[in-house]
Amino acid sequence: MSKSKEKDIIVCRCSDVTLSEIRDLIKEGYTSVEEIKRITRAGMGPCQSKTCGPIIEREIAIMTGKPIEQFSPGKQRGPIKGVKLGTMAAANEGGKHREE
Amino acid sequence: MKEENIVKNKDAVIIGGGVVGCAIAYELAKRGMTNVTVVEKNFLASGATGRCGAGVRQQWGLESNILLARNSCEILENMNESLDYDRDIEFHQGGYLLLAYSDDQWQQFLKNVELQHKNGVMTKVKTPEEAKEIVPFLNTEGLKGATFYEKDGHADPFKVTDAYYKAAKRLGVEFLLHTEVLDIVTKNGKIEKVITTGGDILTERVVNAAGGWSKEVAKMVGVDIPVVSERHQILVTEPVAKMMDPMVMSFELGIYCQQTPHGSFIMGLGDPNEPKGHNIDSTWQFMHEMSSIITDVLPPLKELRIVRQWAGLYNVTPDAAPILGKTDKVEGFYQAVGFSGHGFMIAPMTAILIAQQMLGLELSLDITTYDLGRYDRGELVVEPSVV
Repeated sequence: MSKSKEKDIIVCRCSDVTLSEIRDLIKEGYTSVEEIKRITRAGMGPCQSKTCGPIIEREIAIMTGKPIEQFSPGKQRGPIKGVKLGTMAAANEGGKHREE
Repeated sequence: MKEENIVKNKDAVIIGGGVVGCAIAYELAKRGMTNVTVVEKNFLASGATGRCGAGVRQQWGLESNILLARNSCEILENMNESLDYDRDIEFHQGGYLLLAYSDDQWQQFLKNVELQHKNGVMTKVKTPEEAKEIVPFLNTEGLKGATFYEKDGHADPFKVTDAYYKAAKRLGVEFLLHTEVLDIVTKNGKIEKVITTGGDILTERVVNAAGGWSKEVAKMVGVDIPVVSERHQILVTEPVAKMMDPMVMSFELGIYCQQTPHGSFIMGLGDPNEPKGHNIDSTWQFMHEMSSIITDVLPPLKELRIVRQWAGLYNVTPDAAPILGKTDKVEGFYQAVGFSGHGFMIAPMTAILIAQQMLGLELSLDITTYDLGRYDRGELVVEPSVV
């Protein structure tokens, strides 16, 4: 695949990260989803890496030769879907921070 | 020890690949000591650094903390250039707005401001109405006043660590990632060898920069340090257009909240009843409590969706001030630990001081007030302003 094509392919839609950026980082030595996430924000958006996580894993596996089964599974973080702070606050009846 | 264990000679071994460890490695290499190894059991910034609130505050209540923070802030201002970083540490100086609700807190703030002014940190005192000019949607109910310093701000902790790492690596520092230190061997009160899962390293100098695991590392050389690790939780919202410039913080409510350059809001809350230990699981109780407090202080945030929550470890000392430098208990053992939740923001200057001490150079700032011996001498440096 040509470099210009790699730049057109979005791997992480939440944070606008391209295949070209991912491949450059792997070449530089960032060879885990966790490390790439911290540099690019890939996987930090609302979908929580559901789309980009497996794609990045596959790219790492192809480029490093390390089988995906040997990767440590990334941490799944709550909430599963976005919840408004106001909804959470309303649910927290009896919250009495001001009276303390 | 098995004979096939790789044995190499290093001038120093740094334990911990967080911002503190990477910064010390760079400052040593910059001053000529390049035969250095950083040992990190996971990956860089995988511990407290990469989990922190990213704030850089100079509004402290202790002269030594003010100076460490001010000098560190000045380094961050020019870090992209000074470390020749090909990415961006995203340092943004939107200020810190500190809120006071009680008379006691307000008096403490005024005292702090006086001390800050003496040390070149020109914090401004604000009435509740003036605080609203800085954050128009701030709920000022019950607010006594606020202090604001425009040069406080925040930076990306991953990128700052990455910038130090890349600069140190260019100078020849070795980084052993996914490698754990199993033991440190001493002989006649001197460091002799570090035993890791990647082999043995002969060295006369070890730096404990292990963050949440600093006590365990110190124990390897028989030094007991009075630190405990404590989970602190944090969450981030979806990104929205810029609406808040400063970090908003209240010691009384135990909260801090900032909008990142990316647009998301990051916020955290200290729980006084948090049990000590290495647990970093997230809880729904935190999410509820955090939501209640923040939507009261900053009401428009009600409409923002929480995207993710996580937690990290504070490494807390009895006086909420770090333990820095050498100890007379073991020759060659240096520490930069116990940052009590504000290691990221003072890491740049701390690293310079540790490097200077290790190389026998003149120190730019006095760090004897932060030495481990203060606990034996009963000379605690109590910092009044921490979350």
